[in-house]
Parts: sequence; structure tokens; C-alpha cells
Amino acid sequence: MATATDSPATAGAPPAAAGRGGSGGTRSTIARYLPLVLLAIIIVAPLVFILVTSLKTRAEATSTPPTWIPREITGQAYDEILGSSSTPVLRWFMNSMIAALSNAALVVVTSALAAYPLARMEFRGKKIVFAAIVATLFIPPVILIIPNYLIVGELQWLDTLTAVIVPTAASAFGVFFLRQFFSTLPRELEEAALIDGANLFQTFWRVVLPLSRPALVTLGLLAFLTNYNDFLWPVYVLFSPESQTLPAGLSTLQEANAVRYDLMMAGAVIASVPVLLIYVLAQRYIIEGVSRSGLKG
Amino acid sequence: MAVTTTPATAAGRREGDAIAAGGRGGGSPALRSHGITPWLFLAPYLVLFLAFVIAPAVYGIWISLHDWDYTLPGKPFVGLDNYTALFDPDSLAYERFWRSMRATAIFTILSVPLLIVIPLLVALAMNQKFRGRNAFRAIYFAPYVLGVAVVAVMWRFLLDNNIGMVNYYLGKLGLPDDIAWTTSVPAAWFALVGVTVWWTLGFNAVIYLAGLQDIPKELYEAAEVDGASAWQRFRNVTLPGLRPVTIFVLMVTIIASANMFGQAYLMTRGAPGTETRTAIYQIAETGLRQFQMGSAAAMSYVLTLVLMITSLVVFWLLRERSAD
Repeated sequence: MATATDSPATAGAPPAAAGRGGSGGTRSTIARYLPLVLLAIIIVAPLVFILVTSLKTRAEATSTPPTWIPREITGQAYDEILGSSSTPVLRWFMNSMIAALSNAALVVVTSALAAYPLARMEFRGKKIVFAAIVATLFIPPVILIIPNYLIVGELQWLDTLTAVIVPTAASAFGVFFLRQFFSTLPRELEEAALIDGANLFQTFWRVVLPLSRPALVTLGLLAFLTNYNDFLWPVYVLFSPESQTLPAGLSTLQEANAVRYDLMMAGAVIASVPVLLIYVLAQRYIIEGVSRSGLKG
Repeated sequence: MAVTTTPATAAGRREGDAIAAGGRGGGSPALRSHGITPWLFLAPYLVLFLAFVIAPAVYGIWISLHDWDYTLPGKPFVGLDNYTALFDPDSLAYERFWRSMRATAIFTILSVPLLIVIPLLVALAMNQKFRGRNAFRAIYFAPYVLGVAVVAVMWRFLLDNNIGMVNYYLGKLGLPDDIAWTTSVPAAWFALVGVTVWWTLGFNAVIYLAGLQDIPKELYEAAEVDGASAWQRFRNVTLPGLRPVTIFVLMVTIIASANMFGQAYLMTRGAPGTETRTAIYQIAETGLRQFQMGSAAAMSYVLTLVLMITSLVVFWLLRERSAD
């Protein structure tokens, strides 16, 4: 699914073990690759089987022994879940996209704005604000669930997409991540802009943001994925069938069709398509974003 | 990945000015005192932060001091009753809460070692140049982007005790082919742990890999010059170099495992009985299904306290060893 990402630098290099091993090259190449390939199969095979199952008839989906190639390929499961009014999967798909895109935009904009003064300006209270934001990285989200439910209820947001867009948008990680990034930019460009008469906002907008595109994209992608995949919160704050996001909807679908695995797998495939597409296109950003998150510790 | 775009600003032309400006007193006078400006930048974030992070963290304490039933008009103040109930073996809340804490503890203890060791092995295997390396890395990380709902729903199918692929292939290997992976213990724990490892091993491996790549090459070269064997290099260069990253992965994994919810909610629904209903699952059900929010809020603070103590103990244990 992501073979296109092979970088030329590593693709050209022979396996180290083969180079070292001389005549035993082939054997050590196999020894090197075997565990890697086995693990790759353990990861990929279930995903393939899910896709295959979603294209089977209702009977074949639950037949044993399991078939890897459907005897009859059909879109029947997709037709059924897309056509059902109690499980409006297309609506859930739209809801998920709207929620994740809005949340990602909100996270990127508010984090970038907040991170800039924390990286570059001196003002009273800066240390306290930054410490408070970083401290919340260590607050387990569980203590916010009950009170946020009441706050969201008070705002009349329960059972609306706003409930899954706004409350999770204050991203401590986002501020921390962008502040680190902004701090690494050369100050000279901003100072030059200021001397040229730009104000701080113009400097931020025209100099800092364009230089920060990779970091902003990374944060936006991570925020999108987090929101798109969020499960606990949507399950409890969205109740009516038409207001669900895909993960919450999958739970509804499961309650309604416990043993209709053909339908469940079609739902799982539909829910996977957007994130897998994003992953294939932007795998570098996502993986580097995650691996950099480890360096903060 | 770093800076690839050069802005229109004529960096060269203004270089002299910038150096002159930056030269005074080390700081940058142009970026020094700004009155209210920093707060205007911070405002949108702070509004969200105060409304949905700080306010609820405090509001939750208030709720926990009341008999806060969402469905009833009166919410009488009950002091610490919600907390004392959690420590009174005769109360209903005690039984429910500690049973769920036990489930969380079992899951955490079973999953964390696997999620520390397996991703490390994967990262070590990946930390060499070979053909297809990035493709393997991309495959191993892929399940993580799918999210817990997709992963749990698909494994609920694969682990079905009658028609699931897992039992089918176990039978093919001559092993028991009728294990009730989602409705009996201990099988359900192995299922929940196994699925979680499958789902997140790539995430931890990617973090380890970044840590491995941060270990200076010179250390390995020096060790080699000193005649260190591969094992000695691993023991004396790799492991110490990985310490900070390992502690980070350990902390993140403990927190993530202690917050396990989606796997249990979708794969076992807490079954058998409420055996696999984790603490966070219990809190959500108590507060947001039965609407006993006071009790649920109290549970969430006790869980948080236990988590903090656990983290500190783990941190302290790791500290101690390095001092020896």
C-alpha cells in the first residue's frame, strides 16, 4: 500500500548483511528479510481479508473455511448499508470529514497563533501560560469527559458535530510542537520584515507561516487523523443516527447487525478509505510527525 | 522536511540591518515589548483552553462533591461521599469501580511489556539500510492510522469463535479451534492485548527508530575500534543511547494502555460479565449512560491519581537504576 514511498537513497543500497556475508549473501538476505516479511504479512493479511469479505455475499462472509477469493464478487453489502436509513453511512462519512477537517483547521490556526508569541515575544505571564499548556499534556483526558459533557450540554451542542469539533481543538501538543518549530527558524527574516515596517501579525503571516508549511501540514494531518479516529467522545455525545461520525457509526452498525459481518466489513472499509488515502499520500509527514513527538520526552 | 521555501523577503538585502539589530544586547529589540499583542495572538487558543481544559478540570471536582444525577433536578452537595463510597467495600460503587480498575491493571500489565519489547526489536531490525526499508516501515505503521473503531470491528470478526479466521487457522495447526476470544477470560485478555499490539506496534517502533537514529555514529565506530562485539555494542552503546526514548515510550504506553476503551467496547462489550470493562469504560457508562456524574467524576480523579502515582513510581525506578 505504500511501496511508492521507497526513497531512492535506501533503495539503491544493498542489504548490509548481504554485503558483509560474501558467499553466504543469499542466505543472510533471507534471514534478514524473513522476519520482516512475516510481520508485514501479519499486518497486511487481515486488512486484505476484510476488503475481500466486504465483497462477498452474506452467506459466504460467514462460511467456513474462509475464502480468500470470493466465489461471487458482489457489492451487495455496500448497497445494503448505504441504503439503510437507520445506519446512514454516507451521512456518517460526510459528518466525519466535516468534523475532522474543521477540527484540524481549528487546531492549526489556534496553535500557530498561540505558539508564535511563546516562541518569539517577551511578555509578562509567558512562562505561566506555557507551563499551564505543557502541564495539560499530562492531564489524563478521562477527567475532562464528565464535566465537558455538561459544558457541551450547556452550550446546546450535544448531538451536533460542534461537540466533536470544538472541545478537542485546544491542542497542547500543537502549541508545543509549533513553538519548537518556530524557535528553529532564523530570526533575521522576521527582524528584517519588522524593520521594513511590517507589524507582528504581518510578519507572522507573510514570513513565519510560509516558512513553517511542513510543520503546519504535519500538525494538520495528525489533528485530522486524531479527530477522524476519535471514538469514546463521539460515542457518548452523538446519539441520533444522522449525527454520528464513522467510528461511532460503526458501533451503531455493530449493535444493529451483530453477526452481519459482510455489512460490518463494508462499513470498516468505507471508514478506512479516507485515512488510508491520506496515509499513502502523506505518509512521510505523518510518520515524521509521530517520530518527532517522541523527541519531546 | 525542514525549510524548503524561501519567502519573498529579501533576506540578503536586510542582513546587515538584522545583524545590527540583533547585535544590541544579544536579544532582538524588534521582538521585545509589545503590550497587548502577544495576548491577541494567544486569545483564540486560550478561549478554547480555558473553556474545555481548565474549566472542566476544576468543574469536575465540583461535580464529584455532589450527588449529581443528570436526570434529576436537585444536585445535593454530599462532600466527599462519592470518594468515600469508592473506598467502602459495602458500596455498589466500590465493587464496580475496583473491578474495572482491576481490568485496566490486567490489560496494562499484559500489554505494556509487549509494546515495549516488540517495537524495539522491529526498530532494531529496521535501523539498517536495506532495500524496501521505508516500505516495511510504512506497512508496520499503517494499522495505527486506521483508528480503534475499524481495528476493533475487524478483529471482532476475525476472532469470532465459530467462523473467525484466527480459530480456523489455529485448527489447521492442530491447536484448539473453538476459543471464545471475545466472551471468555483469559482468552479475551489475550485477544485485547494481541489486537492492541497489532494496532500500535508501528507507532512505538517509529519513535524508537527516531531514537536509534539519534545515537551518534562515532560511538559505534569507537566501540568497534575498541574491539567490542555486536552484543557489546548493543549493550553499551545502543541501550544507553535509547534510554530517554525508552522512558518516553514506556510512559506513553502505560498511559495509553490505562486508557484502553475502544477495543473492549467494540470487541467484548466488557464481557464476560463486566470482566473486561476497563476503568475508563466504567466511568463513561456510570457518568454518561446511567448519568451518575458525581460518582463518575470521583472515579476519574481516583483513576488519575493512581495513574500519576504509577508514572512517578516507574519514573523513579528507572532513575534509581541509572544512579547505580
